[in-house]
Amino acid sequence: MSRSPRSGMVENRGLGLWLTHAGLILGVAFIFFPIWLAFVASTVSQPEIVHPPMPLVPGDQFFENYRKALVAGVNAPVALMLLNSGVMAIGIAVGKIIISLLSAFAIVYFRFPFRRVFFWLIFLTLMLPVEVRIVPTYEVVAGFGMLNSYSGLILPLIASATATFLFRQFFMTVPDELAEAARVDGARPMQFFWDILLPMSRTNIAALFVILFIYGWNQYLWPLLITTDPSMNTIVMGIKQMFPSGDDIADWPVIMATSILAMLPPVVVVIGMQRLFIRGLVESEK
Amino acid sequence: MATVTLNDVRKRFGTTQVIHGVDIDIAEGEFIVIVGPSGCGKSTLLRMVAGLETVTEGEVRINGERVNDKEPMDRDIAMVFQNYALYPHMSVFDNMAYGLKIAKTPRTEIAERVQVAAKLLQLEPYLQRKPRELSGGQRQRVAMGRAIVRKPAVFLFDEPLSNLDAKLRVQMRLEIKQLQRELGVTALYVTHDQVEAMTLADRMVVMNAGRADQIGAPLDVYAHPQTEFVAGFIGSPPTNFLDAAVLGGQGARLGIRPEHVHPGPAGSGRITARVLDAEALGAETLIHTRLPSGELLTVRQNGTTGCPGEGEEIGLDWADADEMRFGPDGRRI
Repeated sequence: MSRSPRSGMVENRGLGLWLTHAGLILGVAFIFFPIWLAFVASTVSQPEIVHPPMPLVPGDQFFENYRKALVAGVNAPVALMLLNSGVMAIGIAVGKIIISLLSAFAIVYFRFPFRRVFFWLIFLTLMLPVEVRIVPTYEVVAGFGMLNSYSGLILPLIASATATFLFRQFFMTVPDELAEAARVDGARPMQFFWDILLPMSRTNIAALFVILFIYGWNQYLWPLLITTDPSMNTIVMGIKQMFPSGDDIADWPVIMATSILAMLPPVVVVIGMQRLFIRGLVESEK
Repeated sequence: MATVTLNDVRKRFGTTQVIHGVDIDIAEGEFIVIVGPSGCGKSTLLRMVAGLETVTEGEVRINGERVNDKEPMDRDIAMVFQNYALYPHMSVFDNMAYGLKIAKTPRTEIAERVQVAAKLLQLEPYLQRKPRELSGGQRQRVAMGRAIVRKPAVFLFDEPLSNLDAKLRVQMRLEIKQLQRELGVTALYVTHDQVEAMTLADRMVVMNAGRADQIGAPLDVYAHPQTEFVAGFIGSPPTNFLDAAVLGGQGARLGIRPEHVHPGPAGSGRITARVLDAEALGAETLIHTRLPSGELLTVRQNGTTGCPGEGEEIGLDWADADEMRFGPDGRRI
């Protein structure tokens, strides 16, 4: 009696498993196909791309195209744009994390006048993403003479209500006794923050770093607005600028090589940090 | 080792007064247990001594020195929290050493002091483990170790055993007592468990709604409760209370402990009662009865004595000396 429903379940699960896998594989193929096309396009020569049908297997121009992209590029060498994007993305991610950790610490652990008002003010900035305040922000940045500079790329994007809110929620789950025990142990507030709160938040920090790095890396509008010097271009806007205007001939293999290169750093960050972040989760579950 | 003095200590949160003036004098090396039901202000009182709560009025003195405005670390105290409050990312060693590191104690001395504490608490094999890899009892020991290594003048315990299972609680209770004796450190211990209070205390403070109802040696408090609350709170099963008018004599209420009531045949003794239920616990039997006035009265007798059946009428008797009479304000007459 107890056997038949179980074997039936296994059978169902077997079929379900296959269907699920088929669905997932189809989904992956669907998403991955354009990337594959871009990769193929980055390994063939210009005439091969414009001559239909489009090739579906990699060609022999891989090293040639990538070398050309990295060293020469169209407007600026891709290596330089990668560096610019890297500095901006890391600057934004690290800056956001530091600022939101400190502001969340202040809001959760200190009683100061208008604490709630400040919290809600921070929260309110969620409604003001870069795109909304882009003109006044440009005015301010230009006034400070920060156009075409890393600080101009990073600073206007560095405050984050989302991250502050996330850390606030996390700090509120930390038992009060921990802060009290540290106080009895003689820790000053910043010692408590540094020795106890920060190490406890490391999985949250890793997760946020991934999200914020990608956010910074994918910034398009802001760098486009404030960098006029090609040597300060970031890669995401750089790709767009490689597109030909008018009757110029597009060097598609180099553009595609640039696209593939632009994808790599976020992938590396996701994979690298994911390990740290999953390990953190597993450890805290034990 | 130190004396601790509380001088008319009061605490208000906003407009709510939670501590209504408490005076306690604690001698050097004394083990004081503050006991009371939840919400009576016992933890608040302890936290005021620790410096985690401000003192609204009155004075806290440690070794004669006023510490009202001092930070916890400057008061020469160590505290053990109910949930242990161990730093989750630090090893047992680092947990115990953290306070010393902040005090800039030399590295070799830290290692030595942690080793001594670990040996005392049988934590030596676990020094490199993280708190989550330890059992409840071991975590409790680490929390104690953290307190010990600082060599404080006063130990403060805030319900340290309430997160442990019953068996471990008994064992840790004994260990805490032995440790306190061994180290000779003055200790202030908060609990809601009267058994812990009775067994650990040199003197106990029974708190009731922000007041210290009675301060005294456990057996003395048990034998001579000063208020109706203390008589009802200390002792298990609790004291029976009857309307004094029914039996005559002075006072509003009459208290009599279950073990002081002797059952006899119906018609004998001071009062007749009907048996509701008898709980035979082996060593003792609890007989629950109802008096003609409707009041309930529990009798505790030796487990080997024969016990009356349900619904039977029995006579109840007790000695005059065992009677506790309380005035309308709840004070002992």
